[in-house]
Amino acid sequence: MQQVPCPWCGKRAEVEFRYAGDAGVKRPERMADDKTWAQYLHARKNAKGPAKELWIHTAGCGRWFVLSRDTLTHEVTGSEPMA
Amino acid sequence: MTGFVRMESGGAIDRTQRLRFVFDGAPYESFAGDTIASALLANNVRIVGRSFKYHRPRGIYTAGAEEPNAILDLRHGARHDPNARATLEPLADGLELRSIHAKGTAARDRLAFLDRFARFIPAAFYYKTFMWPNWAAYEHRIRSLAGLGRLDPTARATSAAHVHAEVDVCVVGSGPSGLAAALAAARLGKRVMLVDERPELGGSLLHREAMIDGEQGAAWAGHVARTLRDCNVAILRRSTAVGLYDHNVLAVVQKGALSSANGERIWLVRAGQVVVATGAIERPLLFANNDRPGVMLADAALAYLRRYAVRLGERIVVATSNDSAYEAALALRGAGSDVHLVDSRPETDIDPALAASARAAGIELLAASRIDSVVGHRSVEAVILGNGKRISAELVAHSGGWTPSLHLYCHAKGKPQWDSTAGSYRPGNKVPGIDVVGAAAGLWDLDAMLQQATAIAGGQQGEAPRCNDKVKQWTAPSIVPSSGKRVWVDLQNDVTVADIELAVRENFSAVEHLKRYTTIGMGTDQGKTSNVNALAILAVSTSQEIAKFGTTTFRPPYVPVSMATVAGAERGQLQWPIRRLPAENTHRQEHAYFRDYGGVLRPAWYGARADAIAEECVAARNDAVVFDASSLGKIEIVGPAAAALLDFVYYTPMASLAVGRARYGLTLSEAGIVADDGVVLRLGPSHFVVSCSSSHVAGMVMQLEAWRQDRFDLARVFIHDATAHWATIAISGPGSKPIVAGLGLGIALDDATFPHMSVAEGSFGGRPARIARVSFTGERSYEISVPAAVGAQLWQSVRDAGASPLGIEALGVLRAEKGYIYVGQDTDGETMPHDLGVAGPRSKRQDAYVGDRSLFTPAASKANRKKLVGILAEGKTPVPTGAHAIEIVAGRKRGVGYVTSSYSSQRLGHPIALGLIEGGLDRGSEPIDLEHLGHSFKGRIVSPCFFDPKGARLNA
Repeated sequence: MQQVPCPWCGKRAEVEFRYAGDAGVKRPERMADDKTWAQYLHARKNAKGPAKELWIHTAGCGRWFVLSRDTLTHEVTGSEPMA
Repeated sequence: MTGFVRMESGGAIDRTQRLRFVFDGAPYESFAGDTIASALLANNVRIVGRSFKYHRPRGIYTAGAEEPNAILDLRHGARHDPNARATLEPLADGLELRSIHAKGTAARDRLAFLDRFARFIPAAFYYKTFMWPNWAAYEHRIRSLAGLGRLDPTARATSAAHVHAEVDVCVVGSGPSGLAAALAAARLGKRVMLVDERPELGGSLLHREAMIDGEQGAAWAGHVARTLRDCNVAILRRSTAVGLYDHNVLAVVQKGALSSANGERIWLVRAGQVVVATGAIERPLLFANNDRPGVMLADAALAYLRRYAVRLGERIVVATSNDSAYEAALALRGAGSDVHLVDSRPETDIDPALAASARAAGIELLAASRIDSVVGHRSVEAVILGNGKRISAELVAHSGGWTPSLHLYCHAKGKPQWDSTAGSYRPGNKVPGIDVVGAAAGLWDLDAMLQQATAIAGGQQGEAPRCNDKVKQWTAPSIVPSSGKRVWVDLQNDVTVADIELAVRENFSAVEHLKRYTTIGMGTDQGKTSNVNALAILAVSTSQEIAKFGTTTFRPPYVPVSMATVAGAERGQLQWPIRRLPAENTHRQEHAYFRDYGGVLRPAWYGARADAIAEECVAARNDAVVFDASSLGKIEIVGPAAAALLDFVYYTPMASLAVGRARYGLTLSEAGIVADDGVVLRLGPSHFVVSCSSSHVAGMVMQLEAWRQDRFDLARVFIHDATAHWATIAISGPGSKPIVAGLGLGIALDDATFPHMSVAEGSFGGRPARIARVSFTGERSYEISVPAAVGAQLWQSVRDAGASPLGIEALGVLRAEKGYIYVGQDTDGETMPHDLGVAGPRSKRQDAYVGDRSLFTPAASKANRKKLVGILAEGKTPVPTGAHAIEIVAGRKRGVGYVTSSYSSQRLGHPIALGLIEGGLDRGSEPIDLEHLGHSFKGRIVSPCFFDPKGARLNA
């Protein structure tokens, strides 16, 4: 079981968290073209290796944050509040 | 011949404590301190089971977790283990044991004849033979022949405790390396846990000779164990580390724990450092009939002799390819047996001192020799050597080298590398946080092991225990498959050398293919004794290096773990707790029939009458009914940015809602799909309550939080799920107003000050009450929320005032008559708000809201989208929910939608249905064909609101 460092609560067991997708996905403006909007909805990097991910400390402080994690080795290198 | 007997003295057994047990119906006696295996051997029981496929007699083969044969069905009081490993399971008084596989007993198996057909049923025979007409025609019979243990469906379910622990260092294995590592870590003041699968610490020191720090190995181990205890090292005995998971979490299954009925407990241990000191497993030599009862690994023979004082016959052949079996040969000779030592190495390759000591002890040492085959059926009678010489024997103890136990290292993504000099795999890449030491790391010199283990645990160089015994490198054999004879590689799955050669001929020569084609390395032992030999045969058969093949993937668990233990307490209600209404007991007194609605236990209807639902519907339309709506969401949104947050999350604009008013709204996903519906109440300029569907509360909170944290100043808006704090009782029907008036809520009820879709705060019995005029029945309704503790009291007051109870099923009919939807039932994964006829915000709103842009894609604007409609079926019976609407296009049927809700309506006198149909009302009112499971129906598309379309009854 992975150990996830919540920026507010410190290292906690993975079961306290929920994964919420890629970090850094920007919501386009209302009048974005179809392709931009489709990219926002569906296109994800699905990185093999280092990745920036959104996690939620659901069974803790409830905060969303950005986790730096290697999807191959599961090594966690840090976390920071959502920008 | 006297057979296998217990010696008068010696061993770590307690001869003062006699234990009785039963095996295959026959009673036996033995001593405390025995394992089941040693007790059976001491009773001269040779056949303990039958083989998986050919039903050949099989005996005890090892003394550890790698045992392929001695898997027994164990019953002891309430405990039932259908796959107990006799080699690790301590004997207990009253154990009832049965062999598995055998029809009858292991000694007299009615399926023993199968072995005579062996040449017709080689590897993969099933795949090739049972093809006509199909496998399913044979599967049942073949499965009834196959087996391992059988679960007893009447056995009592048990629940094992799960314990979480966190330590600095967790050492797996308490052999010399494990003890040295634990000692060094404990001396540094670290939090240390030591785990071993046996009841005693010491590993190989318990039966192998060694002098460490001037003490006999076993004594040194006892001494270290006491020191560790004094240093507060957590010592888990009879505990097997079955898996090593992400971020250094070890799963350890402990047996013999008192806290659970099956005696098992799972420890989940997060360790800063995991020291893998799991040792090595002896590798078998290959010769014909090497599966006969009485053929066992040399180290196991040594263990049964030294630890359990079992003398394994008068005439013994020890066969080896390395030095390690010499200790066994000497010990067996020392116990008075006549020992032949068959060493495959030429005399020149054998350490002269070792050879001399064997000969001096009276052992007949035959260098450059190997066993060709074993004679005997139900037990070993003799061996035939490669040169044709026959030696009579009761026991064949053999050693083909050692295989480091790298399972845990591999679980943690370690990649073992083949070391051709040592003839074994050893750890390759370094895995952070994990260190492999001792024999598991491919070290065979005891002094070097102690030094290495001490250093890895952070100890100083001078601190390491010292051992002056010189241990020679244990070299692995070159494999010589005896073609044409039956040479077993995997005893548990009945796989022979010939089977592997067959697989190679048929091109299943990749290691993962070989495993699946022949089943080698499967089963409860997962090939612990067979995997490397299989690779060696593969290498010889394909004329390639072993290193080229790699290994099959090691996956947890290292030994089988029962599902009951994995589940622990997480079963039934504890795994998936049902939510309950605060007034549940009151509903029970009202004879409610309860059902699970989206995880909430709610009254479906009241009373045992066949037409309860219809009667409840009539009461709601004619008089007054009371409904427990406590599970409806009550999410409070508070703060100056509350209105802006709701405006963004809701499709329906909410910022414009006036204080004291309620508004029905939809929420969408970013893909524009309807996610939930519900009512939002505005209690103050900065205070809203979101009343969403019961089963969507958690999802709604997540959705609100996600956008709050993404787009809003966290100090200006807060979200609080108060659903469970409030009981909500809805009173509905033309007679509802006087009942509410009688409750003394302290609010004005006249329709001018308190119209439909408004909210007010009052009190009930001195407690706060919130009253909302919202309706899910289409009738005048009041939803009263009070603190959960007084919910039952409010229910009772309303009942006393004359309202009759209404269950969910009747509510479902009433709302369908009005065309009110259930999101998720009357909508699907493509439904957008304008498909439900709620198109206003889509055409009017210019500001941003969740899902906005998705409502303007080409797909969202297509004319033939599935839209909500009412369906009037011909006839008196409702169409089945899920029935498909059909069109015939160019002679072919095409589905154009389906029925989502369907009921008989007492009030309307005919069946009604809701559905999602392409084009919706634009299709016009021509009849539509419906089909369900081969039955056809006719219907007509109408507006989804069947009753009181003007909504006059809301104020009736």
